[in-house]
Amino acid sequence: MRSPVSRRQFLKSTVFAAGAAVVGTGPAVAGPGTEEEPVATLIDISRCIGCEECVYACKDANARKFPEPEKPFPTMYPSRVPVEDWSDQRDVTDRLTPYNWLYIQYATGIKDGEEITLTIPRRCMHCQNPPCVKLCPWGAAKQEPSGLSRIDSQLCLGGSKCKDVCPWDIPQRQTGVGLYLDILPAFAGNGVMYKCDRCYDRLEKGEQPACIQACPEQVQVIGRRSEIIALAKERAQQMNGHIYGLEENGGTHTLYVSPVPFDQLTYDTGKGKPHLKPVTDTMADGSNLALALVIAPVAGAAAALGKFYNRIKEEA
Amino acid sequence: MTDYFRGRRLVYGLILFFITLSGFAQMPVFARYYISDIPGLGWLAQFYVTHAMHYIMAALLLVLGSYAAMDAVLGRKLPAAWQNRVNKGRLTATGWVKVLSLAGLMVTGCVMVVKNLSGIYFPHLLIIFLDLLHLALCMILMGATLYAGIRKRPWIAV
Repeated sequence: MRSPVSRRQFLKSTVFAAGAAVVGTGPAVAGPGTEEEPVATLIDISRCIGCEECVYACKDANARKFPEPEKPFPTMYPSRVPVEDWSDQRDVTDRLTPYNWLYIQYATGIKDGEEITLTIPRRCMHCQNPPCVKLCPWGAAKQEPSGLSRIDSQLCLGGSKCKDVCPWDIPQRQTGVGLYLDILPAFAGNGVMYKCDRCYDRLEKGEQPACIQACPEQVQVIGRRSEIIALAKERAQQMNGHIYGLEENGGTHTLYVSPVPFDQLTYDTGKGKPHLKPVTDTMADGSNLALALVIAPVAGAAAALGKFYNRIKEEA
Repeated sequence: MTDYFRGRRLVYGLILFFITLSGFAQMPVFARYYISDIPGLGWLAQFYVTHAMHYIMAALLLVLGSYAAMDAVLGRKLPAAWQNRVNKGRLTATGWVKVLSLAGLMVTGCVMVVKNLSGIYFPHLLIIFLDLLHLALCMILMGATLYAGIRKRPWIAV
């Protein structure tokens, strides 16, 4: 299959993004048509055969990033704080874990009057305005101009706020690892959160994410978001299908195209198994309230001016 | 102190209380330590609720801050007999600490609001620096407020 962007364009955009992130050139606004337009991926569910090549490629490529917790874990207070230990279940592949950042979700649906089974590679959606990044109280999660979001395992304290604010509960916690061990392990923190980082290190080298490269069916395509959206719409039109990720949580950098409407799919969901429901923009309230912060000082100054004017008028 | 200044101080105190509470609620501590289990305080563990409340309180603080600053400046332009004696005074040492920490909180807070908008990317180190500076300024303001309250130090010496 032909990629919507040339290899040269792809390398140029990813290297530029990586360079900007490393150098730290200050705030940058990403917009369509600019050099910094974020990169997105399209996952065409109709092509997936559920072979799990992507799952194992992800595990291999990211093995060095996986947690190696120290045991026994420090006792945490109060007793309600949960110990989350996946270090003895590293081979689990039927859900998201700190050692499995991508899994195959099985779904069934009706297409042309017949029940079909679909296999869906599930991982981080890489939101355009990711609440996991924007609401992290320590800045441990970061978003890069290339559109990917990732968690710095050296900084994360494992409070799991990123998971709580994620509409899909994507990040997964491993206790007994990370910075909290050096601060107050009994009273604050609980490990490190892990999730797909879209192979940022491979992208920096101009390579594709491991899951994309390993796929024998070319289920995934990576490219500039505007071009990926155009491709998603083209594929959806061809199969009379549906797109997920255009509007969900304000838009994501992981898009799905399916021959069956997403709200008509039946699939197993729960802990570590994200849903495919419609999601409103969770950051919209904050963005709208930002306007109030612009108006506020003007309103205060205007009130004081009004008071001053009235006093002067009284004097006159 | 006139009723006007007493009322202004009450509004400031309420804003300060709720903005500090919602600010600390950005850290996942209230659920861990059972505080959100107290009837009526469940919202403290709802991050989107406390996030919106923090923004609303910040807007109110900006309204009050700009009003108080403008009122103090313009108040001095009035004929001497009309001037309030509080406006004629000078900031005390604790007053200066509170004003400067509040100004710092407003600046770092506004920058973080911009950071939270879609499509805005700040360097990672800058975000960490802003988070820590915002927290440090909050601790300084809380310390100065507590000290001034205990030692009965006013904002302005008249």
